[in-house]
Amino acid sequence: MEDLNSIAMAAEREISAVTDLKALEQLRVNYLGKKGIFTEQMKGLGALSATERPAAGQLINDSKKRVQGALEARKAALQQLELDNRLANESVDITLPGRRQEPGRLHPVTRTLERIESLFAQLGFVVAEGPEIEDDFHNFTALNIPETHPARAMHDTFYFDAHTLLRTHTSPVQVRVMQSTPPPLRIIAPGRVYRCDSDLTHTPMFHQVEGLYVDEDVTFPDLKGILADFLQNFFEQDDLQVRFRPSYFPFTEPSAEADIACVICAGKGCRVCSQTGWLEVLGCGMVHPAVFQQVNIDSERYRGFAFGMGVERLAMLRYGVNDLRLFFESDLRFLRQFN
Amino acid sequence: MKLSESWLRSWCNPDISRAQLLEQLTMSGHEVESVTAVAGLFSGVVVGEISAITPHPDADKLRICTVSAGGDTALTIVCGAANAAVGMRVPTALVGAELPNLKIKQSKLRGVTSMGMLCSASELGLAESASGLMALPDDAPIGMDVRELLQLDDVTIELGLTPNRGDCLSVCGVAREVAAVTSAPLQREAITTIPATVATTFPVSINESAACPRYLGRVINNINSQAATPLWMQERLRRSGIRALGPLVDVTNYVMLELGQPMHAFDLDRLEGGITVRSASAGEKLALLNESEITLKEGSLVIADAAGPLALAGIMGGERSGISAATAHLFLECATFSPDALAGEARYYGLSTDASHRYERGVAPNLPPLAMERATALLLAICGGQAGPVVTVGEAAPQPAAIALRQQRLEQILGVSFAPEWVTAVLARLELQVVYAHGIWQATPPAHRFDLAIEEDLIEEVARIYGYQKIPVRPLRSAQKMVATPEAKLSRSTLRQHLINQGYQEIISYSFVDPLLQQQIDKVNQPVALANPISADLSVMRTTLWCGLIQAAQYNLNRQQQRIRLFETGLRFIRDPAGSLLQEEMLAGLICGSVRPEQWGETLQQADFFALKGDVELLLAHLGRQTKVRFQPATLASLHPGQSAVIMAEDHLLGYLGALHPQLAQALDLPENSYLFELKIQPLLLGVVPRFAEISRFPALRRDIALVLDSAISSETVVNCIQEAVNALAVDFQVTQNLFDLYQGEHMAHGRKSIALGLTLQSQSRTLTEEEIEHAVTQIITYASRELGAALRGE
Repeated sequence: MEDLNSIAMAAEREISAVTDLKALEQLRVNYLGKKGIFTEQMKGLGALSATERPAAGQLINDSKKRVQGALEARKAALQQLELDNRLANESVDITLPGRRQEPGRLHPVTRTLERIESLFAQLGFVVAEGPEIEDDFHNFTALNIPETHPARAMHDTFYFDAHTLLRTHTSPVQVRVMQSTPPPLRIIAPGRVYRCDSDLTHTPMFHQVEGLYVDEDVTFPDLKGILADFLQNFFEQDDLQVRFRPSYFPFTEPSAEADIACVICAGKGCRVCSQTGWLEVLGCGMVHPAVFQQVNIDSERYRGFAFGMGVERLAMLRYGVNDLRLFFESDLRFLRQFN
Repeated sequence: MKLSESWLRSWCNPDISRAQLLEQLTMSGHEVESVTAVAGLFSGVVVGEISAITPHPDADKLRICTVSAGGDTALTIVCGAANAAVGMRVPTALVGAELPNLKIKQSKLRGVTSMGMLCSASELGLAESASGLMALPDDAPIGMDVRELLQLDDVTIELGLTPNRGDCLSVCGVAREVAAVTSAPLQREAITTIPATVATTFPVSINESAACPRYLGRVINNINSQAATPLWMQERLRRSGIRALGPLVDVTNYVMLELGQPMHAFDLDRLEGGITVRSASAGEKLALLNESEITLKEGSLVIADAAGPLALAGIMGGERSGISAATAHLFLECATFSPDALAGEARYYGLSTDASHRYERGVAPNLPPLAMERATALLLAICGGQAGPVVTVGEAAPQPAAIALRQQRLEQILGVSFAPEWVTAVLARLELQVVYAHGIWQATPPAHRFDLAIEEDLIEEVARIYGYQKIPVRPLRSAQKMVATPEAKLSRSTLRQHLINQGYQEIISYSFVDPLLQQQIDKVNQPVALANPISADLSVMRTTLWCGLIQAAQYNLNRQQQRIRLFETGLRFIRDPAGSLLQEEMLAGLICGSVRPEQWGETLQQADFFALKGDVELLLAHLGRQTKVRFQPATLASLHPGQSAVIMAEDHLLGYLGALHPQLAQALDLPENSYLFELKIQPLLLGVVPRFAEISRFPALRRDIALVLDSAISSETVVNCIQEAVNALAVDFQVTQNLFDLYQGEHMAHGRKSIALGLTLQSQSRTLTEEEIEHAVTQIITYASRELGAALRGE
């Protein structure tokens, strides 16, 4: 019987010298395989007497375990090394961009419209819609704008024929809603409107949001409260100053225009607010009895307020856009900014 | 409406600052749109009198003036103005004076020392341009500061008046408002009746008494139409934005600004027969004062004499009867025209004038006699002459009716409790005759407040004077019920968001488009045309959203953008077969260039039919539609005939998609790989509420089959056939299919293709046996072979 100790020591030497798992496996076969050194040693036990055999077997087993332990340890170490190498090889430049589609963006007017809709939705205002090619009844007559009214001239209307036109405001939607739905009503009507006007500050098409609130106890203080709350939330300024001053719309009375302290100069006076410190942002008023009469709502029982605002103007103020016409040029370099 | 602060304060002078006055005007509903100084900033300019003029020894165009300007010694001032004359009083800038663009120093002009400068109106910022020195009144005190003399520390206030307040289109009207708002007294100048000194009259008759309820005429004989308009009047006119044009026109303009009553002066000698207020006949011609000639339309109200139309009533006078420097005898017109009669007239003839602006909004019916006397007095004072008696035809409108205002309603709407006597006082300040009893005011508006007719009108008046700012704010009350929110109804916002996530940029383009462009794209639908388009290229309503998308693509391609993915939502306007107009909400998109942005690790894949179709399918999938959508070959003139499809949901057309027709791409200067889709929005928004189905606990097994068949057979036919085969199986387990490969090429016979399908078989109740699977797959293959002439690949 060879010196088991020196066999084990030789094995340990070889194992520690091995640098890859394949060579290690070869060593395992050499020592522990069916034809391996330790198997051969075990075969030698047969030559020993029954009394010698257990002790000798024990010695072989001890040495074999020693070698097994060394093999396993080495294997674990080599596996770890291999994993480390692999991980090192597989590392990537994580600062490279991911492969992706570039998202598009909402048009700033749509973005503004959605924002207005969601603010009013919190107060129970639902979206209502109407046609863009309108008749003169809904666009004018029902809104207390008779044929000879000077306000018709102010509107610069696009006509198709004597009675068919492109709506000049979203107010006809309130007429349509009141014609079809009994009060109480809380609606907003966003959409495209058209006026025959085109220059630096006017485009022949733009967007408005009309609002209407009709119930038994709607008052001017409600109008002030809701619209001031809206404006403060829209511009995200809790202390935004809002003022209401008398104005005139044929379909509301009392009528008002709402101004906010200029959001560009904080009310100090600048080019945007024409040095006044105030920006006119919406028109509003209590629904005129003549309008209620047109849609058969009893103005003694119900009252309401209506309001209308220009969406492009709000978007310009909100995002600092300085040229109205940019909204309709579809220039990707402009549109991509509204992320 | 422009007026100067000083003129306004001469009528009503509240003890408040300029800023407060402007603020109160705005906050009472008369928005101050601009405030501008009436003169440039200057100092050191005084009234000087030219006492002598001698020629300049070395310059033909210069003269040496001796000027007394209030100092101890006369000044020597070199002057180039041709109108310098001895005895003339002129603005004299002393040495040290600062003019808007100049500082005056003692200087030598061609060797002669000049001790100041004689000024023109433009040099003082009083006029855009001027020829010669500004003549000051002969009685202007020598040495007086010109700013003080002309009250130049004044501003022009421009008010944005609302169309219901025609009564405020005068200094008197604005002053009445200031008086009502501030409680300061109105200093109304008494208008005295000028008795006739000659008996001359000119006959007047009214044919259209509804359009012209009252017409006042007066002859003034022997006037001096060359007289100079006094400087104070010229200045008031100038500060109101009106140019002085000679005393006759200036006086009528002045009275219009002062009282709000437009007037017209005719040259009496050029009138024939008598004045008739009548409707025009179609085709009558009228040469106007602005040197244009118009052809009258039937029914336009005209002032005519025996020889034909003289003036477009309430809008503009005619050239034939116009006053001139030679006018000796005058016929003054002061009439009431009804707003209804003039509505749209000025616009129709393209003649917006100060008079038409007022008549369209209404001129108080009580004004004509007052304005006539005021104008007569001013004319006689300036131009001399003898006035004839006032000839009045027609009646003044009756007094407006009383309006009831209920205290309860007033307080309910405004949310304010008012002391009745305060409200009474407010209405009285607004010149209403008012009586309060039992919680109700009975208030009769004055003649000039023809806008007041109903209770709400009075509520607004009370609110205005009380101040909108003082009306309380009521805290929000939430809606009592939640808003109905159907889960199956999808929002447009979701739709847009999905497209954005797929890389589409939203655009908004005009709903009216170029008919020529649209005709190239849509040859089927006849567009609805605008009667008054803003331009030819925006003259018809779009029948497809592709017009705007194509133009947007062109715009961006021309600006170095190569990868374009756009979408828009909005209405298209088409006629249905019966001819009625449909305003249909559409969603449309356009892609060209690469599908994804240029990036590392990926070769650019250019847009193709399937990239677009995938986007549309993904969108439809996102929306959770349950109805199966089918793509069928389409024949749209604008799309490639071999790469276009209609999208059908059951029997309903959902939209179109495809490659832009190569010819059209060329014509529109777009790349050939441009792809378009357009979908109806309404059916897209119909989603479903999900319904749970049991999940099988047993394994799913997959078998792949590859069928070789005629390449003309569409994949849809194959998939449908397999589905039929599955249905024909009549088994109690599920078989689903997925087309995962398509092969055509060198290893395939010409005209044949291979389609590979993965079949997944699964039961809810057991693990399927090999025999069951084998049987089912064989049945399916047999069915497909029979129906499609397909063979298993490799067999």
